Amino acid sequence: MAGCPDIRRYPGFAAMAALCLTILYVPLAVVIAYSFNASTSLTNWGGVSLRWYADLFTGVEAPRFRAAAWNSITIATLAATASTIIAAAAAVAMVRGGRFRGKGATFALINLPLMVPEIVTAVATLIFFSTIGLMTGYLTILIAHITFCIPFAYLPIAARLEGIEETFEQAARDLYATRAQAFRLILLPLMTPGIISGFLLAFIISLDDFIITNFVKGAGMETLPTAIFGSVKQGIKPNILALSTVMLTVSILFVTLSYFVNRLGQRSRA
Amino acid sequence: MAGRAASGAAGTGYRGLTGPLLLPAWAMIGIFLLLPVLLMTVYSFLTREFRGGVDWTFSLAAYDRFLLSRGLFGDEPPVPEWTYITIFWRSIWQAGLATLICLIVGFPTAWFIATRPLHSRALWLFMITVPYWVNLLIRTVSLRFLLRDQGPLNDLLIGTGLLDSPLRIINTNLAVQLGLFYSYLPFMVLPIYAAVERYNFALSEAAADLYASRWTTLREIVLPVVRPGIIAGCILVFVPSLGAFLAPDLLGGAKTYMIGSLIEEQFKGSQGNWPFGAAVSVILMTLVLIVLMVYTRARGRAEVR
Repeated sequence: MAGCPDIRRYPGFAAMAALCLTILYVPLAVVIAYSFNASTSLTNWGGVSLRWYADLFTGVEAPRFRAAAWNSITIATLAATASTIIAAAAAVAMVRGGRFRGKGATFALINLPLMVPEIVTAVATLIFFSTIGLMTGYLTILIAHITFCIPFAYLPIAARLEGIEETFEQAARDLYATRAQAFRLILLPLMTPGIISGFLLAFIISLDDFIITNFVKGAGMETLPTAIFGSVKQGIKPNILALSTVMLTVSILFVTLSYFVNRLGQRSRA
Repeated sequence: MAGRAASGAAGTGYRGLTGPLLLPAWAMIGIFLLLPVLLMTVYSFLTREFRGGVDWTFSLAAYDRFLLSRGLFGDEPPVPEWTYITIFWRSIWQAGLATLICLIVGFPTAWFIATRPLHSRALWLFMITVPYWVNLLIRTVSLRFLLRDQGPLNDLLIGTGLLDSPLRIINTNLAVQLGLFYSYLPFMVLPIYAAVERYNFALSEAAADLYASRWTTLREIVLPVVRPGIIAGCILVFVPSLGAFLAPDLLGGAKTYMIGSLIEEQFKGSQGNWPFGAAVSVILMTLVLIVLMVYTRARGRAEVR
């Protein structure tokens, strides 16, 4: 009787779980707290202030950050859009296309960006662009981002598709809907939560990437992560803490959004 | 039955479309990842040109430099070169240690979460996932900020009188280790959680009925059953740790060099050596492939059993 809840409980495991969350969140919490520090020194606490957030827009480094933010946001939007469309098409073929030759190889290819170590992808991409003579810059970053975002967009879309029964579309086809109509009126609305979720994840992955961007960006071109890295190399300054907090908030916001879209999708499916 | 099977075979009309639908994905990844990786392998067998870049003549110089030292002017008899092997060895044990520590913290956490009631489970999982999606650069910077000589951690330790002088953690192997552990901890928790969630707790009950202690049950029953999840978690931590660049670069110093920093250095400015950088990348990729192959075979064996 007493054994029933007991077998699930091990002494120290709860403490370990608490420790795990503490480790994951303390550094982030410290950065957030210190980003509101009024003092110029990183060490002393000078009261609560938003001056470092204002500094992001008006300080010496403001033009650099503004340009980097513009690049980051436009690249993330374009890369997420393109990779989501590519991934959605691939997911429909993989889940709805039945068995075909090379399906296993295709699956491996789609997941290749997850298998190759990031630094190797970065090196290979740089060598490729330099060999074909494409000038490194905005376009090369965009191409690289679209490529490595594909599996991140693919996974939630394919998972969603697998949960949608074919009978809905078959019923539509039986009632003389064309393939295009069945797709637009039945499958597309049903797979939308997966598409949104995939888009949001691809967007964050693109926004967050540092290593590959750093290799293919070329001189004078910056995204937010490479700008932060450049500043941090000279020592951490309070404005970097503020910028980090902004980016952190955006990431958390997007993940939360993706999580709820997914939950909503699951409920509508059930 | 036959009718349904037939209509199922007719499917939803995407059969003939698989080619066009897959073409963009094939093209993007094939041209901009697979082809570059092959080209990189070719580059590793080319001759270095000054000012960065390569001369298209076949050469084993990059691999030779990795393994053998021929003196400053390259005219002495070759002796084994330990510099790069040491960097690889350090990367392997740092990644291995990070994997072990992640496992020690991650397994109890995953178990704890999987034994929560359903509604709080989702929240716990969400809390574990969020840091994974936060920019790795920002997480590494925040760890550096926390661990600095005059950082909040040392302030706290000195302020509470636990220490007289600051702990010098930054620029040591310990700092890099903490960075790797911190970066990839969520990767360990999630697959183990997935395995424990499917675990049939009746097995533990049966063991308890037969007077097995909790820890015997854990060792003899639970661990073998959830092993696939544990192995998956270990791979997900070990592989990115091995090629990590940010943790050794931002938290470490000259003595904590890892493969990632070595590769990056070869492509920076005119001091670099592209064929050598490509060769080191090829060796790293080969190591990762070996790990993944061992994993696939181990999983295959487990499924057969």
